[in-house]
Amino acid sequence: MARKPRVAVMKFASCDGCQLSLLDAEDELLAVCDRLDFVYFAEASSVLQPGPYDIAVVEGSITTVEDEQRIRELRACSTRLVTIGACATAGGIQALRAWGDSQEWIRTIYPRPEYIHALATSTPIAAHVLVDYELHGCPINAHQLIEVLIAFASGRSPNIPAHSVCLDCKRRGTVCVMVARGQACLGPITRTGCGALCPTYNRGCYGCFGPVDGGNAPPLLAEFRRQGHAAEQLVPLLRNFNATAPLFREAGESLLDNPTDDR
Amino acid sequence: MTDGETINVPILTRVEGEGALTIRLKDGQLDDVQLRIYEPPRMFETLLRGRPLEDAPDITARICGICPVAYQMSSVHALEQALGVAITPQIRRLRRLLYCGEWIESHALHVHLLHTPDFFGESSGIELARRFPDEVRRGLRLKKHGNDLVAAIGGRAIHPVNVAVGGFHRWPPREELRKLIHDFEWGLQAAMEAARWTASFPYPQLENDYEFVAVSHPDEYAMNEGDIASSKLSTIPVDQYPMVFVEHQVPHSTALQAVRLPARSNYLLGPLSRVNLNRNRLRPEARQLADEIGFPAMCSNPYRGIQARCLEVVHAYGEALEILRELDFSGPHRLPYQARAAVGRAATEAPRGLLFHEYEIDAAGKIVQARIVPPTSQNQGQIECDLRKQLTWQLTTATTREALARQAEQLVRSYDPCISCATHFLKIQWKNS
Repeated sequence: MARKPRVAVMKFASCDGCQLSLLDAEDELLAVCDRLDFVYFAEASSVLQPGPYDIAVVEGSITTVEDEQRIRELRACSTRLVTIGACATAGGIQALRAWGDSQEWIRTIYPRPEYIHALATSTPIAAHVLVDYELHGCPINAHQLIEVLIAFASGRSPNIPAHSVCLDCKRRGTVCVMVARGQACLGPITRTGCGALCPTYNRGCYGCFGPVDGGNAPPLLAEFRRQGHAAEQLVPLLRNFNATAPLFREAGESLLDNPTDDR
Repeated sequence: MTDGETINVPILTRVEGEGALTIRLKDGQLDDVQLRIYEPPRMFETLLRGRPLEDAPDITARICGICPVAYQMSSVHALEQALGVAITPQIRRLRRLLYCGEWIESHALHVHLLHTPDFFGESSGIELARRFPDEVRRGLRLKKHGNDLVAAIGGRAIHPVNVAVGGFHRWPPREELRKLIHDFEWGLQAAMEAARWTASFPYPQLENDYEFVAVSHPDEYAMNEGDIASSKLSTIPVDQYPMVFVEHQVPHSTALQAVRLPARSNYLLGPLSRVNLNRNRLRPEARQLADEIGFPAMCSNPYRGIQARCLEVVHAYGEALEILRELDFSGPHRLPYQARAAVGRAATEAPRGLLFHEYEIDAAGKIVQARIVPPTSQNQGQIECDLRKQLTWQLTTATTREALARQAEQLVRSYDPCISCATHFLKIQWKNS
């Protein structure tokens, strides 16, 4: 390789957890740094180089006018742009403001609301600029991030599985919490990546990796209703870290449109 | 970047979250210094309203990817207080073990990758590793142990899934935890070596007359439970926190900052405060090490926070080993409760200091109101106060503007600020003078 790819790690509205997972890959960290040149990574280094970048890794959602501009500038100077985590790919938990009165929310928290310049929405990066690859999860899986970075550095496509969490439970031999315990579980419509953690902890999947491609929510919702779960319990389950991802959003709205529907 | 009378550090590096620093001068004297937080607000307290109380630990964890366990701990303790749930000693011990994992992970990250590079003029932990390869590798291994422990209990290191109101969703697999004992035996010794290493660092001189504030418990080094102790004022129960610590907006910066009544004074949270106030409840190996490395009593040099962090890592390894060797998962892993209309408050010790949560819940088990006061918003006022002191002194010496800015940033970094804990943080309007 002529030179190491120049990588920028940039943060928007988020908890820092997804970029932290790079620093959490302790065993691989020094080796990854041999393959990639992190030229802008404020959480890790005081040397911040301007673009152009070969790969921009973006954490967080867009919640301010300034950030709408900042993401466009980053896109303009980056060859590839990878978004990481539920905030960057689906708007994150802060996207719940879509169902509230965000101006009222600001007035509730801040004594001087006129100083807060937050947008009424929290939107994914792909709503603003072209994104080359989306890596899901709240938080992301660090090994998947390393795979994506190494793949781009090597000029190949990342190899990231895209089946549902449900399949992972079958592979692991985890007893189905929905069948055996009657717990509402989003595993059948949620993307893999966590290793099907929650069912192994006796709880239903809460969808932190977002909807699986081609997920079919209505039959799952019907089964939840058949088991006796009320809409007021299911809507919060669908509206958390990936609340505005279309499949989860539509599923939540369908429950509210038909609160007693027991199809 | 400097222009005439204003020195700007446009982005603070090696901290969690996004902030900046502006220093204004007038006639060569310090006019003002501001720690600017431009992290966009995410409004957690309002998005919790109307949700099932069971959602609080998973949602508040997302305030901070570095200290999710702290948010889970403060939220479940506050909600259990509201519900009248008294957890069993077995659940209590497992929560302490989980917190030990987060302290080790968070402290080892700050010590090795974020803070130590400053003492040697390096820009990052990666650069530092060229000079101190063994020490940085050791630090990464310590950090990994912390992550491994959180993952063994909670399924994953960031936003673990096992913490529940009333206890845990299940007891973690014993064999996963027992496997860690060998690593932790090595880690305890390695953590002591790391503490000795930091004792040799060249510390800048800066002393401040702090009010140290931390949770304190008569029988143990406080993490999850205790009263709120202070080096200057009397100890109060956690329930009285809202009466004594108030948030306000200051005219020059518009950031919500917390101050201590009655004098509306600044106060300091975090490892330095904890070690100063609770030193005699550190485990013997950590206490002896504190004496061996000559860690001063009531240490008031903020740069030495790194040593307090190292002592706490030693403590956390010692305590974790003790719990790991005597795992007791008898009794229920989760206690039942009946929803009722009530208010609950709790403070626990996040790696960066006291984290206060308050919830009002209704009879249907929904959250009516939530209030979350993270440690970094409480430390903001004290950080600015310390910056003023350092800069006022430096301006009497022949220090270049670039060095002023660099050293101011280093001072901010020594508090391990977590700006992502954006609950109360404002977007600052900045006007150049």
